[in-house]
Amino acid sequence: MLTKVHTGLEPVAGTWWHPAHKAEKVWVGIAFAWCLVLFAMMPLWHWKGGQNPSGIRTRVDPRAFYARTTEFVKQYKVGDDKGFPIVQPPAGADVYLTAMTYQWYPILQLQRNVTYRLHLSALDFNHGFSLYPLNVNFQIIPGYDYALEVTPTAAGDFRIICNEFCGIGHHTMVGRVIVLDESGNKVSDRNDVTLRVGGTP
Amino acid sequence: MTAAVSPIASLFRTCPYTQKKVHKDAEYLVKVNAVVSVVSLLVGAIAALLLVLTRWQAVHLLPATWYYRLLGVHGMNMLIFFIIYFEMAVLWFTSTVLLDARPVTPRLGKAMFGLMVLGSLLVEWTQFSGRADVLFTSYPPLKAHPVFYLGVILFAVGALVVVGIFFATLTVAKREKTYEGSLPLVVYGAMTAAIIAVITLLHGAMIYVPTFLWSVGLIPAVDPQTYRLFWWALGHSSQQINVAAMVAIWYMLGGLTVGAVVLNEKVSRSAFVLYILFISMASAHHLLVDPGFGPAWKIVNTSYFMYMAVLASMIHGFTVPAGMELGMRLRGYTDGLFGWLRRAPWGDPGFSATVLSVIVFGFVGGITGVTIGTEQINIIVHNTLRVPGHFHSTVVSGTATAFMGATYYLIPLVFRKKVAYWKAAQWQPYLFAGGIFLLSMGMTFAGSFGVPRRHWDISFSMSPFDVQFNPTVDLVLAVMGIGGILAVIGALIFIAIAVKSVFFGEPIGELQMGVDVPGLPRGLTKPPTFPPDVDAINERLHAPGRGIGGVTPGTLGLVTIFLMAFMVYYFTNWKLLTVLWKVG
Ligand code: HEM
Ligand SMILES: [Cu+2]
Ligand SMILES: [Cu+2]
Repeated sequence: MLTKVHTGLEPVAGTWWHPAHKAEKVWVGIAFAWCLVLFAMMPLWHWKGGQNPSGIRTRVDPRAFYARTTEFVKQYKVGDDKGFPIVQPPAGADVYLTAMTYQWYPILQLQRNVTYRLHLSALDFNHGFSLYPLNVNFQIIPGYDYALEVTPTAAGDFRIICNEFCGIGHHTMVGRVIVLDESGNKVSDRNDVTLRVGGTP
Repeated sequence: MTAAVSPIASLFRTCPYTQKKVHKDAEYLVKVNAVVSVVSLLVGAIAALLLVLTRWQAVHLLPATWYYRLLGVHGMNMLIFFIIYFEMAVLWFTSTVLLDARPVTPRLGKAMFGLMVLGSLLVEWTQFSGRADVLFTSYPPLKAHPVFYLGVILFAVGALVVVGIFFATLTVAKREKTYEGSLPLVVYGAMTAAIIAVITLLHGAMIYVPTFLWSVGLIPAVDPQTYRLFWWALGHSSQQINVAAMVAIWYMLGGLTVGAVVLNEKVSRSAFVLYILFISMASAHHLLVDPGFGPAWKIVNTSYFMYMAVLASMIHGFTVPAGMELGMRLRGYTDGLFGWLRRAPWGDPGFSATVLSVIVFGFVGGITGVTIGTEQINIIVHNTLRVPGHFHSTVVSGTATAFMGATYYLIPLVFRKKVAYWKAAQWQPYLFAGGIFLLSMGMTFAGSFGVPRRHWDISFSMSPFDVQFNPTVDLVLAVMGIGGILAVIGALIFIAIAVKSVFFGEPIGELQMGVDVPGLPRGLTKPPTFPPDVDAINERLHAPGRGIGGVTPGTLGLVTIFLMAFMVYYFTNWKLLTVLWKVG
């Protein structure tokens, strides 16, 4: 049944529930199939892919989390840089990182291809964890412990940029993560990671 | 229309061009809302210029405090005030003028407009005086002056009541039989926007009221994660109001400029229903890398339950150009695949704005939006400049451009003035949409290198540790800067045209048909009319022998290109994910 010619500005007389034209049917069909693909990719990546924002998520008192972080620092501290402790946890350890205005505490020293459980939370406001230059981003919210299984697959000297507005000093908030190679040596430049990222919108 | 002969009739005038009946009060309300909308656009655009010249690190204009302060001002004035006042005008216009109907309780409408203006002024005051340096999202525990939240609440209450009056007006128009049959598709689209607005504003109330109480000390705390959940149920669903209003305008301007036909009412209307059904799930894609929610919740919600709202947009993305194509073909522009497009009225800013809006919204906004709203892909996107890169291509080069195109028709139709600076008006949409396109591209690429959004200093000169971005970042930030400047010039030209036409413009004067009159869009003086045997031509174009392209082979070609681009972009981003650390 052909639709009588009219524009979207005119009221429609009678019933308008008519079968669609062929081209429309084809397009709706293709679009629907594509939507299913878009949908299926996400569960598929949980099953087969290596990057998921799942984690173990619990409520936590911000001060308790900070206390846990300082305890972690005491346990595994190996050095200092610019007044921040450098902490090197063993493989498989629970690693704690507290965001607060305007610093990331402490500096983490990890090892390539070793898995850790990284706990992220904030003492005061929302902050944004952005691992530079890999561009890995997580939202950090006070009162919530975001515990992610992470395995650094590249060694080098990384930064953590805060990318959630947290106050007037927000742009000064940069932290540091060092990833050693398998034998525990520093990879001094950042070349092996910078070359691999960026450039696709 | 027999009932209303007496005093009511004198409140109407008849538009000489469209023969529509225009009610004085409705006209007044359209006017004041449009004017305040343009004023907000001016404030937002000046802020935009200063912001873009700050984010362009080579220029780095503003001091930190004013960068963050004006970022809040820009978000509020553009996304909330400019857009919503314009939508109020759209609601008044579609529910009255397009239906030859009278507005119900125009007095209440005017009072609510006053309330909205009061709310806006309170917000402006707190923001400019530094009492609300919390950006427009105001995530607690960041706390603003209570008057800031109060202003937002007053504004929202006003808007909610106007939406109620819109529904009442539709009901009364139906009862008074000002039109026959079902609502025109354009009004149906506006009604969709209004329904979503109700859902949205209720979510807004659910979060702004407690936050206000917290700011005055009546409740001890607002959970920051819960706030983000509800705030985005407001913040993103409101984007769906914009999309529905924008699509309604696409259909409207398509009809006015090239006689775009509705291929099938069922398909287009069902697509609008899909928007309504799945929209309140929209907050999830802002929370994909948040600690408060699990993967199943994230997947179901970010996809609007299997991408049903995306399906709706893909349907409109087909039916709008296809309607234009068929409308052109029915009027004899049948040559080749794209003859209809080549010979379209590109000098009519109502038309060019529509086409630019469809293209940039679809190709840039749509594709990037679905991709970065994918649970895992969001890991490489969240809070980087890719995010404003995406939404400037949707709400700015999509919605704002469409609103500008509609304004070029509203000026003669409602204000009864010629469009001033007509030559400038003819290329304004290209300048604005083109500028935003560059801005979006620049932001998007910069974000893919990890450049954060909402950040004053990416040279990190005051940080304990250095961060050195890839040198390409300087280049793409320059593209962003130049695009932003062009877009601001485009916006300022639009404002100049609107102000000059409305306040100092030349009246449209005598009816002039069949000629090109500077200052009057072509769709009015040379309206696209169909030949008398149009239904027979339509029948012939629908002959089964015409293959899968059917009546609109050009559009089918265009959407195929779209789908290809979509697939390439989407899977490239999955590929990029694989180079990251393992995380889960
Ligand atoms: C006139 C041209 C425009 C230019 C040059 C422009 C530029 C910008 C810039 C540079 C930012 C800051 C990004 C950042 O540092 O994170 C921004 C943010 C934003 N813009 Fe625009 N913009 C324009 C128009 C608009 C319009 C018309 C709207 C809405 C309808 C809009 C909505 C927003 C929003 C919501 C933000 C985010 C604010 C925030 O992060 O708090 N912009 N824009
Ligand atoms: Cu921070
Ligand atoms: Cu911050």
